[in-house]
Amino acid sequence: MTLAPELKDMSPEKLLAPVLSAFWDEDRSWTLDVYRRHDGYEGLRKALAMSPDDLIAYVKDSGLRGRGGAGFPTGMKWQFIPQGDGKPHYLVVNADESEPGTCKDIPLLFANPHSLIEGMIIACYAIRSSHAFIYLRGEVVPVLRRLHSAVREAYEAGFLGENILGSGLDLDITVHAGAGAYICGEETALLDSLEGRRGQPRLRPPFPAVAGLYACPTVVNNVESIASVPAIMQRGKEWFRSMGSEKSPGFTLYSLSGHVASPGQYEAPLGITLRQLLDMSGGMRPGHRLKFWTPGGSSTPMFTDEHLDVPLDYEGVGAAGSMLGTKALQCFDETTCVVRAVTRWTEFYAHESCGKCTPCREGTYWLVQLLRDIEAGKGQMSDLDKLNDIADNINGKSFCALGDGAASPIFSSLKYFRDEYEQHITGRGCPFDPAKSTAWADRTEVNA
Amino acid sequence: MTTSSSERGVSLGMPELPAPAYPDDVRARLETDAREIIARYPDSRSALLPLLHLVQAEEGHVTRTGMRFCAEMLGLTTAEVTAVATFYTMYRRRPSGDYQVGVCTNTLCAVMGGDAIFEELQEHLGVGNGETTDDGKVTLEHIECNAACDFAPVVMVNWEFFDNQTPSSARRLVDDLRAGRPVTPTRGAPLCTFKETARVLAGFPDERDGAVESGGSAGPASLVGLKLAKGEGASARVVHPRGEAARTEAPHDPSPTEHLSSHDAPQDTSASDPSHPSPPTTPDGGASPRPADTAGPAAEEGE
Repeated sequence: MTLAPELKDMSPEKLLAPVLSAFWDEDRSWTLDVYRRHDGYEGLRKALAMSPDDLIAYVKDSGLRGRGGAGFPTGMKWQFIPQGDGKPHYLVVNADESEPGTCKDIPLLFANPHSLIEGMIIACYAIRSSHAFIYLRGEVVPVLRRLHSAVREAYEAGFLGENILGSGLDLDITVHAGAGAYICGEETALLDSLEGRRGQPRLRPPFPAVAGLYACPTVVNNVESIASVPAIMQRGKEWFRSMGSEKSPGFTLYSLSGHVASPGQYEAPLGITLRQLLDMSGGMRPGHRLKFWTPGGSSTPMFTDEHLDVPLDYEGVGAAGSMLGTKALQCFDETTCVVRAVTRWTEFYAHESCGKCTPCREGTYWLVQLLRDIEAGKGQMSDLDKLNDIADNINGKSFCALGDGAASPIFSSLKYFRDEYEQHITGRGCPFDPAKSTAWADRTEVNA
Repeated sequence: MTTSSSERGVSLGMPELPAPAYPDDVRARLETDAREIIARYPDSRSALLPLLHLVQAEEGHVTRTGMRFCAEMLGLTTAEVTAVATFYTMYRRRPSGDYQVGVCTNTLCAVMGGDAIFEELQEHLGVGNGETTDDGKVTLEHIECNAACDFAPVVMVNWEFFDNQTPSSARRLVDDLRAGRPVTPTRGAPLCTFKETARVLAGFPDERDGAVESGGSAGPASLVGLKLAKGEGASARVVHPRGEAARTEAPHDPSPTEHLSSHDAPQDTSASDPSHPSPPTTPDGGASPRPADTAGPAAEEGE
């Protein structure tokens, strides 16, 4: 797709494309000074020289798609905002990064918060908004400090406030800390939460573009999506489209974690493969092999070592039966019990289900009971079909995607590892030793 | 979902009496803060989550008095406020310790050792999930994914990152907290108390000198891709695999903030690239700063 097979042997310098992460290794990278030394707020100047409608068209033409999971075209989201309707418009940035395995927005905001703020100003100019919000999950106080500091710097430099750079644009940004709820990463639950309510998803339509925050037209975008806009404006949509594929253009952050030699952030054109990422970074930890992995967090159906060459873009991952999601590549080696992994994820979904929709609220609870029994060797063969059946009754039958996400690990693990479930049942227990999966399992010195 | 009357020893059928108000001086001070918070939003009700953080900053947990204050400031009923306060896990509903120690036990961290760390701490502290040590210092919890999977296993203390933990490093961490020894997160500012943290969450910037700077620009794992792309990093052929790197470290008693996995062990970067030296006292990328007053080895990187 994106990267032809002959690119396989290319060096990391060619395969990676640090843009947002390009200067994270510099001292005080989070400050306005350092950001401006790297062309910071230059994209904004170019955007302000265009008409808002032309700007929306430009971002649409760039092909930028949402980096929060669903992959919806960012420019199109902006275009849906009705103009001349006499209502206030709002931009809300979803910084509630909580999808298990996902760890890209938090380091991005820690090291480079101004890319988000510049992107927000550009987006607000486009959708004619004068008040924007950053909904940051509460459990990341170091990032909250940096956001407070960056917003203050932007006000002092005249990038926020009234008549920004003489454009006539007025904009205030409010940094809002959440209070611990995975569901608030779902955009309508996030809006309810930002309105001071329990975070429960809304029935759509109406979509947020028509009736979002305070029932006014609202764009909800992921951090990385908005933070990518300044570079597109500064370096051009053609530059952006020179990376990735026709339908999945551009660069993105891939987060490698788990039993790999070098976990971390890898910014690359869309379409790189897990094999390429592992090849360049030292592979799995020594002496071990990949067993299963998620392409985009726990809510995306898991893959196995059969899928190492799937191009990690929206179409490639979709065609292979999963979703690109948040590009959270959680890699587990052969020491890991898939039943244990799925049980833990399911416990998470049961804990985080907001309780609004019966299939999700009840179904996740039942799944946990069955999985705990299976893991403990107390399951029956008929439980496996029951798991599938319950997951099927959750999937697509709730207001939001949390229920679908809960079903994904069940379906996919039964598809690839049914025999391992059966082993737990016939062998009356888990055949794995959890001590062998720990980060320190292969170390010679004793840590525990 | 409210605290039931029977739990409080009140006979069934007798509605709970309204919560007492804050003393006048406390209320006056909190009202000033509350008005500042409310002014940030086009609609006052949006201030409810930060106001709950604010009352938590006052008392260490969300009390009925705190919820009554929020309700009065926003023109809501206490039932409406209670419904919200009980939905979100960061609001504590009973008195707890100065330091909230949260061990990530979501799948990835659990598998990488989070389960073992959580077990170790429960045994070491003699408390279960959500319980507080007798000295009132540490409340132990297991937490969900905290968006730091490339630093697994992760422990959060008052929502600051302690990356790449082991059972022994975590045990030492809680010992230091209970003994009042200074503790520095891997990424983030020197620890303050839970109440002070809650005030930052209410939207009042941390005014301590150096609080924003602490932790450097990015943690080591955040930089691995960038270093490879710049041709600086260890490539597949020369990278220290996990474990091997740990063995190359001199035997010592690592502090809780120390990274114990390969990606933050001595990197080849500075040695292999003289044009990008990384001074021993400020690790390349600024990760894991080690202030003079912190116990432990002087430098774990850049040597």
